[in-house]
Amino acid sequence: MAVYPLKETKKAPQSQTKVILWLKDNLFSSTSNVLLTLVALYLIYLILPPILNWTIFDANFDLTADNQSCGREGACWAFIYDNFKMFIYGFYPQEELWRIDTMFGLIVVLIMFGSWIKKSQYRMHYIIGAFLIYPIAAFFLLYGGLGLEVVGTDKWGGLTLTIVVAAVGIVASFPLGILFALGRQSEMRIVKFISVVYIEFVRGVPLITILFMASVVLPLFFSVGMDFDKLLRALIGITMFQTAYIAEVVRGGLQAIPKGQYEAADAAGLNFLQKTTLVILPQALKISIPNIVGSFIALFKDTTLILIIGLYDMLAIVGAATSNPSWLGRNSEGYVFVAMVLWVILYSMSHYSKKLEVRFSTEHKN
Amino acid sequence: MFIKLKSLLYNNEVRAILFQILTVVVIAYFAYQAFDNMMLNIEQSGIRSGFGFLNDEAGFAVNDNFFLTYSPASSNLQAFYVGIVNTLVVAITGIFFASVIGLIIGIARLSSNYLIRKMATVYIEIFRNIPILLQILFWYSTALSILPSVKNSLSFMDSVFLNSRGLFLPKIVMGTEFYLVLASFVIGVIVYVFIKKRSNKKHDDTGIATNTIPHFLGLIVLLPIAAYFVFGAHLEYPALKGFNFKGGTGLSIEFFSLAFALSIYTATYIAEAIRSGIDSVDKGQKEAAAAIGLKQSQVMRLVVLPQALRVAIPPIINQYLNLTKNSSLAAAVGYTELVTIFSGTVLNVVGQAIEIIALTMLVYLAISLVISLALNIFNKKMEIKGK
Repeated sequence: MAVYPLKETKKAPQSQTKVILWLKDNLFSSTSNVLLTLVALYLIYLILPPILNWTIFDANFDLTADNQSCGREGACWAFIYDNFKMFIYGFYPQEELWRIDTMFGLIVVLIMFGSWIKKSQYRMHYIIGAFLIYPIAAFFLLYGGLGLEVVGTDKWGGLTLTIVVAAVGIVASFPLGILFALGRQSEMRIVKFISVVYIEFVRGVPLITILFMASVVLPLFFSVGMDFDKLLRALIGITMFQTAYIAEVVRGGLQAIPKGQYEAADAAGLNFLQKTTLVILPQALKISIPNIVGSFIALFKDTTLILIIGLYDMLAIVGAATSNPSWLGRNSEGYVFVAMVLWVILYSMSHYSKKLEVRFSTEHKN
Repeated sequence: MFIKLKSLLYNNEVRAILFQILTVVVIAYFAYQAFDNMMLNIEQSGIRSGFGFLNDEAGFAVNDNFFLTYSPASSNLQAFYVGIVNTLVVAITGIFFASVIGLIIGIARLSSNYLIRKMATVYIEIFRNIPILLQILFWYSTALSILPSVKNSLSFMDSVFLNSRGLFLPKIVMGTEFYLVLASFVIGVIVYVFIKKRSNKKHDDTGIATNTIPHFLGLIVLLPIAAYFVFGAHLEYPALKGFNFKGGTGLSIEFFSLAFALSIYTATYIAEAIRSGIDSVDKGQKEAAAAIGLKQSQVMRLVVLPQALRVAIPPIINQYLNLTKNSSLAAAVGYTELVTIFSGTVLNVVGQAIEIIALTMLVYLAISLVISLALNIFNKKMEIKGK
């Protein structure tokens, strides 16, 4: 009987080991691929060094520097350090800043408590209660009253204002959007007509024209001498705008509900209100969640437009800070800083919405 | 009697009618109140109403003006037209470049080359997550600080100049010579379309493909250039006079920052649309195409892209509409388009908010309508026709 001794396994040739194999497969697999790699490297060489030089190597990180001593060849980060509070809190009085901190801190506490009682049967009550009470608490904290000193909305600004406008916009437009979505799906002709005209009108014009309308035309519709807060006008405009988009998103969810659900609800003897709130909306809203988040992201980006009607959101603070004689001409630093802050917020939100999309997806994965 | 009335009240159709009447009454009441207040407010502030202001002298200059004749002595109506044309010009420029960049980035995202793929992803993630208004302002302030002053303009062959005010180009002198060149271009296009149609028919009938690229170059590119020299049309060159360039035609730096930011931003969405379009094509299609012996490039061009575009074009057209609406952000940098001229300058002078905002919105609504009409026609045409 022949004996076959086990031969020692050969090691993979040098060119097949991990790193080199990877490089070969991904960067140098063919002539055209090599060319592409070279083009990519050249582009990186063109773009990256100037950016790194300006932000880091030529930049002045001395936080006590002033506009003169900073130099012009690189960024002057002392500008951001000096105006940091203005970027975050706007023109809110120094001694009252704890109120904004409390307002944001409260959200964190509420969310943490909410996830702690995840399994409790009272969770739904808690969420609804928080949604009803928190906005009122936040309003009194920010605006004042109830023993707190009143801080006018002209003092609000910076990232705080950006977040407040986006949050109010989404919370106010959500119920309205659902109403318009139901109206558009309704069999009542007049209701349907009104909803379609409103939604298509708002979606057909740029946000800025709606903001202009809210800030100059709207006050004309109210009684003479009624003083209208500038921020309130912007909030009305943003809500009008966002309502139409939420309505379309919810309509998409409504259309995805199979007809059998409506018929089953009818057969069970539910009336319209019961059918809508107990059967149709819970399912439709669940399907729409990723798109609602997407719409919120778009709203957050659009919030920057309020600077055009004279409100000081984070982007407008760049202009305000650089018009201060001691920091003239530092716009680039300001824009880059604001871009980084907003980018982090928007990127994490869109990352989260992608995750939601995967979680709620009912499609078969291949 | 009472019971009959009660059963009527519980009848669904009756309820629907009652509810609708109630809605109409409530809306009519608020509309009446608003109208009443508006009349009172207008009377109190002493602002005129009506569209008479359109014939008044505008009294302001505009930076960019294409095709139209306009001077500060022109009427507000002419300023309105200039605004519309400027909106369309920046929108079309933006749409063109956004499509080109978007197509490149979209295909790059699916490249087998790791570096190219990652760079495309980084590009998309950076630029789509920064608000467009911030990007416009950033490029505007960067362009202003990087570009040289008028005195030290960068010049190209002494006919094209670039400085912190804008780009100055030679201008075509309108006249018979120019119209002849234009006519030769139109003739070239017509002849080319004819040739292309015939070659398509030949391809359909016999399967023999003809390369029409030489025809394209000859008829559409070379013919007008030849006509330009033959008929002796000429250009007017910009020249430095005093503190600015005179003659020629100029594109302001505001126009550039706006068009650049809009292209870069919208390209990210177009790239995503193209990528998801290509992703949506079934793997079996590529395999089947490869199995009947098509080359890699043919698989992409003849099998994958036609099907991918069917999916990708509706969202892309939506992005075109978004870009057009976003062009209204020109108000932040002062490019003189519709919103800047009309809802900005004219509104400040005239003060008739309702008429002016309504006119502005009407233009955008018209543009939206045209674009969604185009989208519907496309969808109809592209519908997969079942048997």
